[in-house]
Amino acid sequence: MTALTIDGVTVSFDGTAAVDDVSLGLEPGEVLGILGPSGSGKSTLLRSIAGLERLDAGRIAWHGDDITAVPVHRRGFALMFQDGQLFPHRTVAQNIAYPLRIARTPSHARVAELLALVGLAGFGDRRVTELSGGEQQRVALARSLAAEPRLLLLDEPLSSLDRELRERLAGDLRRILDETGTTAVFVTHDQDEAFAVSDRVAVMIGGRVRQTGTPAEVWRRPASAEIARFLGYTTVLGGDAARLVRPRSDGAIALRAAALVVTHGGPVAATVVRSTPSVDGWRVRLAVPGIGELDGIAGAQHPVSAGEAVTVRFDDAGIAELS
Amino acid sequence: MTSRVRVRPAPGTILAIVLGAGVPVAFVGVFFAWPVAAMVGRGLFVDGALDLTGFGEVLARPRTLRLIGLTIGQAALASVVCVVLGLPIAHVLYRLRFRGQRMLRALVVLPFVLPTVVVGVAFRTLLREGGLLGSLQLDGTFAAIMLALVFFNVAVVVRTVGTTWEGLDKRQEEAARVLGASPVRVWLTVTLPRLAPAITSAASIVFLFCSTAFGVVLVLGGTKFGTIETEIYLLTTQFLDLRGASVLSVTQLVVVVLVLLVAARARGRRTAQRRVDSARSGRVPRLGDLPAIVVTVAVAGFLALPIVALLLRSLRTADGWGLGNYLALGTTGSRNALVVPVWVALGNSLAIAVQATALALVVGLAASLVISRRPRSLGLRRSLAGFDAVLMLPLGVSAVTVGFGFLITLNTPPFDLRSSPVLVPIAQALVALPLVVRTILPVLTGIDGRMRESAAVLGSPPWRVLRDVDLAIVGRPVLAASGFAFAVALGEFGATSFLSRPDRPTLPVVIFRLIGLPGGDNFGMAIAASVVLAAVTVAVIALVERLRVGTMGAF
Repeated sequence: MTALTIDGVTVSFDGTAAVDDVSLGLEPGEVLGILGPSGSGKSTLLRSIAGLERLDAGRIAWHGDDITAVPVHRRGFALMFQDGQLFPHRTVAQNIAYPLRIARTPSHARVAELLALVGLAGFGDRRVTELSGGEQQRVALARSLAAEPRLLLLDEPLSSLDRELRERLAGDLRRILDETGTTAVFVTHDQDEAFAVSDRVAVMIGGRVRQTGTPAEVWRRPASAEIARFLGYTTVLGGDAARLVRPRSDGAIALRAAALVVTHGGPVAATVVRSTPSVDGWRVRLAVPGIGELDGIAGAQHPVSAGEAVTVRFDDAGIAELS
Repeated sequence: MTSRVRVRPAPGTILAIVLGAGVPVAFVGVFFAWPVAAMVGRGLFVDGALDLTGFGEVLARPRTLRLIGLTIGQAALASVVCVVLGLPIAHVLYRLRFRGQRMLRALVVLPFVLPTVVVGVAFRTLLREGGLLGSLQLDGTFAAIMLALVFFNVAVVVRTVGTTWEGLDKRQEEAARVLGASPVRVWLTVTLPRLAPAITSAASIVFLFCSTAFGVVLVLGGTKFGTIETEIYLLTTQFLDLRGASVLSVTQLVVVVLVLLVAARARGRRTAQRRVDSARSGRVPRLGDLPAIVVTVAVAGFLALPIVALLLRSLRTADGWGLGNYLALGTTGSRNALVVPVWVALGNSLAIAVQATALALVVGLAASLVISRRPRSLGLRRSLAGFDAVLMLPLGVSAVTVGFGFLITLNTPPFDLRSSPVLVPIAQALVALPLVVRTILPVLTGIDGRMRESAAVLGSPPWRVLRDVDLAIVGRPVLAASGFAFAVALGEFGATSFLSRPDRPTLPVVIFRLIGLPGGDNFGMAIAASVVLAAVTVAVIALVERLRVGTMGAF
């Protein structure tokens, strides 16, 4: 049975719909990633699920029971904010124990267990103001899990962290969600993060859900040019141009830079327009006859410069067919 | 299937707002709006009909015109002087880092919390013949009043501008320097614009305090100089011209509301700025700071002078140096000037101030909690902003008007309180209320709304969110505000002089009575009593200062 049902939810601010007639479902134990650019209404949707926003229309149900009118604190959900929102006047342990005390089940053992789960064993007596950003987010996660929420809501939990930490914590987050069997909704603007953590993603643009599916489905078959561009595809081709890249395709295709690789003796001729060094070699802009200018890559062993005539091959890893 | 449902906000929220707003609204309504309205009504209505001829008649009196001009001119001049002196001091005390800074800050704030009567007495002592500055012959002059007003209010500018300045990120100035701007240019184009809201806000508050100054002007001005406020006092108590007093109250109210509007606008813009840790804004002094340091030292000397004069004079008796004046505090003075000994009056003052503090705290905290909410409806947000402004009104509306208003309104059931001992604490609580709100409210509005939401999502019902987030964070500011309110209540003179019963006078009332009946030991007793009152006040404020709540005394 569907755990969470979001049915035709609309939330407006001063007459403008931030969330516009959104319907989604979530299975027990599933982790749903809501992926969208900033201002797409994804955080507002998350806050609506938590009960922090008044709905202008629609309903939210948990295992079939309408919870639209249930106040925030009775929903049994937990929401973790981008910047943690730890209570500065409490220690790490007191922060984590907060939901336990509300439930009248205070337990030092449970706090220690949660600290160990997020990799902060022994941090209990620290002041939260002494912690680094990554540590604060771990504490916030532990605090949310302490509530044993029926549903965990995560609002860009990793966005305020630097890249290396973000990638490591994304892995930890997925592991912790698996270990605890938590049903979760996770909001982010970062595709890598969404794909690393979620079972299924919903792409939200302009207040509406434009596509849902597994990360692989969405990645391989974006539903529109707009979604493809948001996912990092730089070019969308249709008609004859598309068939030049992929003869079998009958619709539009989207290309990332990785789709076009400069190779000796490749099947297609091209001229280098611009070339910039990158960590893996070169990022190039290529003029391809019959298609136009496309982004591509060249290996470190292939130094190329503007004006040079080269040959290229197409790599399926960088190509998606629009569904 | 899509069902279209309109969801109402949680009923608890509405209930909390109604309850939280109800207490302060009822308090301010019954004990402030009603008496003031009644007082104002006396000026506008004759035999139940609107009659504005009183205005023409009262305002045409040459004496009234002169006093209105004097009030506004005096307040404007004092505001300018306070800003000019306060800016360099704010720079030195809040922007530089050096040893002894905290001591200096305390000295500069001290005058602001001294009871007005004490300041009046201190300046009289300093300036009268035989005083430390007696040779300047300033006693009873306009300059004397001006000095006292500046003495009082320079702290407002230093504190308000200083705390803002301390929170400004100095990297903006550094960015301008790197772009080639000279220090003067940086100050004019980067620093000053960012300080402007705080300066406007401070200046308008100083203007407000000066234009409604009562005790200090009454003590120093004699009959020649005065303010609208002292005139209201004279008209009601000496000439029994209620209509004239009422017309002046209305005039004053109009001025006050205008100034408050300016202050509110300035404050509204200021909250938009992000504060940084003071470690990121301070630096060690360098040669260019010398002029500002000189001004600071000079002003600090000026601030210390009346206090020193007061202390010295209190130890001088007819038979040379000694504690005679203090010993006389156990008596009722020469020619039985007093009904009770001074020590008893001190006891009254303390007891009344405790009650006033409790009242101001309950009302101020409830009001602050409500005002700090950000409801989604624009209409509700606007009414909260309006409520915020109303709470500031007691700051500027003549305490005399309030005191007198009490006498003419609270004399019919269910509010027949004329002879009740609760009137004085209520009036003092009203005077302290704006200061309580100004200390607590900025801390509450500084709490990220999402922290409350975090608590709610984790399962806290609204009352628990209030306790665990708002009240937990606001604990120290509340303690500071109570100390502040206590000190203000202790020194309150305007309304108390009207309301205190002869058999239960407060210390400021007793001091005023003693200087009014000189001869014998009375003046010496007045001075000793002033020292005692000042000492108690300073002790309270010193405790509060230890809490290091930045918002205290900043407007």
